[in-house]
Amino acid sequence: MRVNDMKRVYVNEKWCLGCHLCEYNCAYANSGEPDMVKALRGKKIRPNIVVEEDGDINYAVSCRHCKDPICVKSCISGALSIENGAVRVDHEKCVGCLTCVLVCPYGCVREGEHGAVTKCELCLNNTVGEPACVKGCPNRAIVFEDRG
Amino acid sequence: MKYVIIGNGAAATGAVEGIRSVDKTGSITVVSREDHHVYCRPLISYLLEGKTDEKKMLYRPGNFYEENGVDVLYGVSAEKIDPAAKKVTLSDGRALDYDALCVATGSAPFVPEVKGLRNVGRVHTFMTLDDAKALEKDLTPQSRVLIVGAGLIGLKCAEGILERCKSVTVCDLAPRVLSSILDDDCAAIMQHKLEDMGVEFMLDDTVAEFEENSAHMRSGKTVGFDVLVMAVGVRANVSLIKDIGGEVNRGIIVSDKMETSLKDIYAAGDCTESTDITSGVKKVMAIMPLAYMQGRCAGVNMAGGEELLSNALPMNSIGFGGLHCMTAGSYTGECYEEKTSTSIKRLYTEDNLLKGFILIGCNDRAGIYTSLIRNRTPLDTVDFDLLKRSPALAPFGKSYREEKLGGAV
Repeated sequence: MRVNDMKRVYVNEKWCLGCHLCEYNCAYANSGEPDMVKALRGKKIRPNIVVEEDGDINYAVSCRHCKDPICVKSCISGALSIENGAVRVDHEKCVGCLTCVLVCPYGCVREGEHGAVTKCELCLNNTVGEPACVKGCPNRAIVFEDRG
Repeated sequence: MKYVIIGNGAAATGAVEGIRSVDKTGSITVVSREDHHVYCRPLISYLLEGKTDEKKMLYRPGNFYEENGVDVLYGVSAEKIDPAAKKVTLSDGRALDYDALCVATGSAPFVPEVKGLRNVGRVHTFMTLDDAKALEKDLTPQSRVLIVGAGLIGLKCAEGILERCKSVTVCDLAPRVLSSILDDDCAAIMQHKLEDMGVEFMLDDTVAEFEENSAHMRSGKTVGFDVLVMAVGVRANVSLIKDIGGEVNRGIIVSDKMETSLKDIYAAGDCTESTDITSGVKKVMAIMPLAYMQGRCAGVNMAGGEELLSNALPMNSIGFGGLHCMTAGSYTGECYEEKTSTSIKRLYTEDNLLKGFILIGCNDRAGIYTSLIRNRTPLDTVDFDLLKRSPALAPFGKSYREEKLGGAV
């Protein structure tokens, strides 16, 4: 697969309700917990997708999986890499220096819970297998498609 | 095409990847003074701390050279470049011909001549994997360690060895820690954190004279130690270019294409100087992301492609015991500040631009600020009042959002 033709997560802000469900679905999908309640109850979630507000408009922001990602070029531990077009984190290699957080122009890499950083990996690394934010969006505002 | 790269760090890796993005078949030879596969130098403190290991700290996978058709010569250094014959002479007597050459020789610890230093038995620098291993060998739970230099290297070293020795004292001529990137207030926050962790400081003070196991300070104090680490600073390795008349200041002078003043010779990484877009000043910015990007730019141009690098800025992300400090650019102009008991945010604006920032304990989405600096975004084109309080995409407006979120970027 070429980098240029891959599916990415996009949001249609006209349809986004600002319900924040994607944030919860993301946090659950990446928690490693089989039970949603167990995964989320009483915890401050750290989702890889974040709903922003601009007046009456809402939209979800997650990793753009840039074609020429500055986070990967800046990674000082070799933990970030491009795999079939997707920007992946090797959680074993990452030491949590946060240089990627310092350079991502979209604010889409964040400090994780266990030392390594966390970012959207399109749910390729968890049991969901397809982006949980897309799957669970009640108004189909978030889509997973190839836009070049 | 025959490519030769002198050095085997981040810049050299960038050069390999840059060349291969254009030329899949030309021969690439890497001259590696260190007898190691390319690894992440800033991770040596994490290695001593037990947070990584030698395998995990590789910068690229084990098959990197093979995959990219690179011939690596380990354990040899380049002695001389003959730009007329386009030849590099190596320390083992061999010579390599090149069509395009990249000097990515990095920097080396600067160890000042201090009276009595030669009488000290266990003295180390802290830059390479071998340095870290040698230091580790000398450490025991009883060791009292003195680190000279409270900069990035000295303090990361302190953190890395803290749990493995009896005491760590850091001294510096400057009155504050991290003096190259922080002002007094911000430095004090980081210093307190390190003190809480157990590091002791002797600032605004320097070693006047060493004895075998003690340092007599200029202030009159005496510090006993078993192991000494010299982390005063680094110097760019420029001699290969300087020796043959290439243009050199503190670092090797390069163009936006990473060309030196000598034909078909490029340079990248910590051995070079580049223009800091936030001050307009040419300087050595020894930071790993920039080294990689410069190397990549050099590689593309060496192979006949076209790439320019003209948006360099100093930036650092460094943490101690979970407290992160991020800095970027220049601290000039008007300062917007937010301060709590555990965090500080300072944004510096001038001429309708964000020039720099210091963020301690509030790193979320910090890259949005860095991109404002890097892109020289006029602040009157965004809602900076909103942005300065909380980095987000909304203050950039709808068309930016549509461009960045609506299609592949």
